[in-house]
Amino acid sequence: MKNIVVIGGGVGGTLTANYLASKLKPELRERKIKITLISATDKQLYEPGLLYLIFNKMEESEIIREIKYLLDPDINLVVDTATRVDTSNQVVETEKGSYPYDYLVIATGSKVAPEEIPGLKEGGHWFYNLEGARKLRDALAKFKGGKIVVGVMGVPHKCPVAPIEVSFMLHDFFKHLQMRDQVEILYTYPINKVFLMDSVAELVADLFDQKGIEYKTFFNPIEVDAKNKKIMTLEGEEEQYDLLIAIPPHKGSDLVINSGLADKGGWVPTDRFTLKVEGYDNVYAVGDATNLPVSKAGSVAHFEAEVIAENIAAEIKGLPPTARYYGKTMCFIETGFDEATYIWFDYETPPKPVMPSRFIHWTKIAYNRLYWLTARGIL
Amino acid sequence: MQGEADRVIDARGSYCPGPLMELIKAIKEEDVGTVLAVLSSDASSAKDIPEWVKKAGHELVGVFEEDGYWRIVIRKSR
Repeated sequence: MKNIVVIGGGVGGTLTANYLASKLKPELRERKIKITLISATDKQLYEPGLLYLIFNKMEESEIIREIKYLLDPDINLVVDTATRVDTSNQVVETEKGSYPYDYLVIATGSKVAPEEIPGLKEGGHWFYNLEGARKLRDALAKFKGGKIVVGVMGVPHKCPVAPIEVSFMLHDFFKHLQMRDQVEILYTYPINKVFLMDSVAELVADLFDQKGIEYKTFFNPIEVDAKNKKIMTLEGEEEQYDLLIAIPPHKGSDLVINSGLADKGGWVPTDRFTLKVEGYDNVYAVGDATNLPVSKAGSVAHFEAEVIAENIAAEIKGLPPTARYYGKTMCFIETGFDEATYIWFDYETPPKPVMPSRFIHWTKIAYNRLYWLTARGIL
Repeated sequence: MQGEADRVIDARGSYCPGPLMELIKAIKEEDVGTVLAVLSSDASSAKDIPEWVKKAGHELVGVFEEDGYWRIVIRKSR
């Protein structure tokens, strides 16, 4: 019997496991293979929902599901923390046991590391995890006016467009509260434009100007003075704030770092087309965990999962694995509470954002509910 | 070689803004006076990195075109 082990119960792990189960149903039933998904928690958080949660537009109950109800029933779910991958013996060790593998899929994601900027934990807010989003929701509801800084404090970070979206949504949030004239919104970004990609940067800068959202570029915070509410940058600037919404630096999981599978930044060196971990023929990486020059976004994990599942299934069936990932990414960009645009791109094709519209916004709102069908491998 | 460096950051194969972000990370760790060289195969680095160096108040030692990549050398000045 061949063992396929997937580490991680987020988008990439769940989808890869479900696609494998669907492609290998006969082999699973005949016990020729076993698919095991190891997740540190028994629940999955739909992270894009946090952007809505901070404005009270989605409830926690809408963005959290038990993983056992998302997985194909033929998948063996293990709720346990993986502690080490032993590639020489092909075993994943966890706190409570060990799991040998013939094929391994690393879907261990990324996490925020606010501790990397001194003072940020004490002086800032963020919405990149549930705990941070809950606190920010309260801070926004109580905000009495003043200056809000939306500060990107390192790349790569999850959902590259979320800092832009939150800035647009803050504009509408305070407009609806009849407070927009009492709130200054400043967006900051580490490089010399407001976004990594030129076409998006141009559209966003134009919309920022229209909505009176200020922005500063080449802005790399090195310290937050929580007491005096100031951000100090590597460029020698100081910026005062009343509410700081930070996009903290991100890092890869401790598991890949401790197992010697990560580069200096904590990301897993991965072949950009086959998604195999460099140096291994039977180990794959999916989603945020990789070092690929693509967005750390759910859509990327989704499209990568299709490729990995197709290739592992082909190998098990004795067929040549011919699927390749071409950098396909799709992101909605909310431009406020009522309108959105979207971008689609891959390794060869740069994005061309379309004019924001209500229809695209409604599609995004619908997808926020439909995602649970994606997780199950249906949509 | 023109523009010898104390520390070399090999960011070849990484795309904009990867090389700049690698430099930013490294410059935080080094002392004033240290000379750093960034190797980048992405043409936009040859423009973006000098622009950032100027804004951040460091010294641009030079931008050298090598065989298939750029070597951008800077001195940490403050």
